[in-house]
Amino acid sequence: MTATHGANPLRDAADRRLPRIAGPSGLVIFGVTGDLSRKKLMPAIYDLANRGLLPPGFSLVGFARREWKDEDFAQEVHDAVKEHARTPFREEVWQQLIQGMRFVQGDFGDDDAFENLRATIADLDKSQGTSGNFAFYLSVPPKFFPQVVQQLKKHGLADQRDGSWRRAVIEKPFGHDLASAKELNKVVHEVFPSHEVFRIDHYLGKETVQNILALRFANSLFEPIWNRSYVDHVQITMAEDIGIGGRAGYYDGIGAARDVIQNHLLQLLALTAMEEPASFDADALVAEKTKVLGAVRLPRDLGEGTVRGQYAAGWQGGEKAVGYLQEDGIDSKSKTDTYAAVKLEIDNRRWAGVPFYLRTGKRLGRRVTEIALVFQRAPHSPFDHTSTQELGQNALVIRVQPDEGVTMRFGSKVPGTSMEVRDVSMDFAYGESFTESSPEAYERLILDVLLGDSNLFPRLEEVELSWKILDPIEEYWEKHGKPAQYESGTWGPVEADEMLARDGRSWRRP
Amino acid sequence: MKIDLTDTKSSKINKALVQGRRAIGTPAVGMVLTLVIVTDEENQYDALRAADEASREHPSRKLVVVKRVSRSARDRSKARLDAEVRVGADAGTGETIVLRLYGDVVDHAQSVVLPLLLPDAPVVVWWPANAPANPAKDALGRLAQRRVTDTHAAENPTEELTVRADAYTPGDTDLAWTRITPWRSMLAAALDQVDCAVTSVEVEGEQHNPSCELLAMWLANRLNVPVKRAVSAGPGLTAVRMQTDCGPVNLHRADGSLATLSVEGQPDRAVALKRRETSELIAEELRRLDPDDIYASALRFGVDRLGDSAAPSAAASGGGGTATATATKNATGKASSS
Repeated sequence: MTATHGANPLRDAADRRLPRIAGPSGLVIFGVTGDLSRKKLMPAIYDLANRGLLPPGFSLVGFARREWKDEDFAQEVHDAVKEHARTPFREEVWQQLIQGMRFVQGDFGDDDAFENLRATIADLDKSQGTSGNFAFYLSVPPKFFPQVVQQLKKHGLADQRDGSWRRAVIEKPFGHDLASAKELNKVVHEVFPSHEVFRIDHYLGKETVQNILALRFANSLFEPIWNRSYVDHVQITMAEDIGIGGRAGYYDGIGAARDVIQNHLLQLLALTAMEEPASFDADALVAEKTKVLGAVRLPRDLGEGTVRGQYAAGWQGGEKAVGYLQEDGIDSKSKTDTYAAVKLEIDNRRWAGVPFYLRTGKRLGRRVTEIALVFQRAPHSPFDHTSTQELGQNALVIRVQPDEGVTMRFGSKVPGTSMEVRDVSMDFAYGESFTESSPEAYERLILDVLLGDSNLFPRLEEVELSWKILDPIEEYWEKHGKPAQYESGTWGPVEADEMLARDGRSWRRP
Repeated sequence: MKIDLTDTKSSKINKALVQGRRAIGTPAVGMVLTLVIVTDEENQYDALRAADEASREHPSRKLVVVKRVSRSARDRSKARLDAEVRVGADAGTGETIVLRLYGDVVDHAQSVVLPLLLPDAPVVVWWPANAPANPAKDALGRLAQRRVTDTHAAENPTEELTVRADAYTPGDTDLAWTRITPWRSMLAAALDQVDCAVTSVEVEGEQHNPSCELLAMWLANRLNVPVKRAVSAGPGLTAVRMQTDCGPVNLHRADGSLATLSVEGQPDRAVALKRRETSELIAEELRRLDPDDIYASALRFGVDRLGDSAAPSAAASGGGGTATATATKNATGKASSS
């Protein structure tokens, strides 16, 4: 009897203690000296190894311009892991990892460096048994994508030989409009087949985001009211309390809408609004997500249905903050939005007439991401007006970060002799109890890349559809007016409040 | 905060819980289960500390049932219940109640525990030592979906495995089994990587460590080949050697932390296989509360069917020898069918 893949006698679907361990493989990180790599990728790899989820012989190759030896690189990873890893540092796990660590020095244009990389990979196959399976993580600015990808092709690094795989992992932004996204996709797909390209949207790796699907489709309690008959409107918010920091070069000209709405918020919208997928595999999920993204309709009057803003000087959480236009490296006439709010509708039977308000911004009140379904008021109230005047609309809030969890808001009688109804919250405290042990988004996503599981990665179609939604808004903004100013540390420009007030609604204070 | 209650009853303990929560100003967090720890004074501290650690992943109400030994006949005839209620920072995540039982009430612990269980949430009972012979029939065990024993703490672990196998009821599980999850997952990963059929296996580890037997029985049950148990100085499990039709696949761990995986035709690879803390074992145990069928079939394979590598199989006792022969025959049958 020959044991083939999938017929391993030690594996059994009923044996749920056994974790999914990636097969023999390695990861090559381009731009390994960057912030993302140090703060997220390296710790995530260590945490995976610590949880026993990486294969024996797993190899990590760093590629950057810096003049490092393998030991310097290992030291750098060591420091990053000690500082940022989620799980405690353990020497034996480190010993396992360090054996497969290599560093290749060079520029992206440097042919010798890529030959060197190829030799390193061949050597790792021999010494570490990685079997030719490598993922290339492009943690570099998008303008270098074409060059790196072409180099990989030129030096035969993207060629998959019998039974082995080569994968590309790319980070946002996936272009800055539909045309550039298509261009980028063309460049990458020329070299890597579409199912071997993994686009990282780290929001999708978060436990709370995956929990949206569990909440909706594993329960019978919520789905019956998850539609236009009960939901008044939906608010999706992603707020940051920081400014642009040192990212002026990247941020100016891109703005909040392209940086956040196009990927994170539209993905959250898709997960919140989509129909139940036939199964939980990648194809079924993407089918539902594209369906709902395809049904998104923009407001007829873009001036009325969208707002953009720029943070002005002010105080944020007790610290003095400068305005966007005064930041280093920002043109004082810049029209880049640091705040964006849009009203979208979804043209299908479930959601017709229910607006989805999306907003994101920098230097807002506090750092928070949440999805709030605000329900309609009770059609008739037997209580008189004074007893319910403090009662708001019922809401179900999925708190994505921080303090992950689900909150339900509803009215309850205030103890006492009079009949008075007031809003109370019922909390599912995911954050308080589970986060300490629940994996970081990057852990989950890197593991999925090595396993070849593309459930949590946006596909080409989704990226293009998202740009189709955003492009007309950006074009409108380009031609009309300029961003409204809002004081740092507040919840955005008054224009955004007015936008909701026109519909007789108001933003939640998250 | 801590509230001490002497000579009390369950309803007063419940009141103290509410009082404690009010005093620290937080409502009950979303506790997902009740963990009942049945133990003696000696093991109480370590067990509770492990449970507190584990409660970070599984916020729970922990009920520690300490059965006190009464020395005089007069003490035995008097029943008394003392309780220590801990909420907030003193209780890990969730709430802890340490119950000390004296006299007659020792035999009626379930009457104390039942009113203190969380509504609806699953119940897990854990005996760090001295587990009853039939956990599912035990008065406290009957309250639980999941009953966790630890054969490692038994006087004669190998015999204890047979007792566990005889009394097995879905929902039973054992920490000796939990301990080998990393080994099992690494061995499964190793077989993922080779295209060969296993022909025989040897499991090596210290004596009186039931994890070695369980791992051997799991391998024998899954692979349907003869599996031998060899004894080494430890610590814990030291090696698994699999013979396959394309060479040996060995997983060797001499120091209890870093192991080496060697596969014929492939370079040796280092694998972290650290022996885990009790808190990690409990956390893993609480992750799933449905019956562990794989444990059941490994356990029921039977210790006496394992070969002993020190003595040739002919020297094995009658029943055991026949059983090993059957297993071998099965394996041959399977090999020839391909």
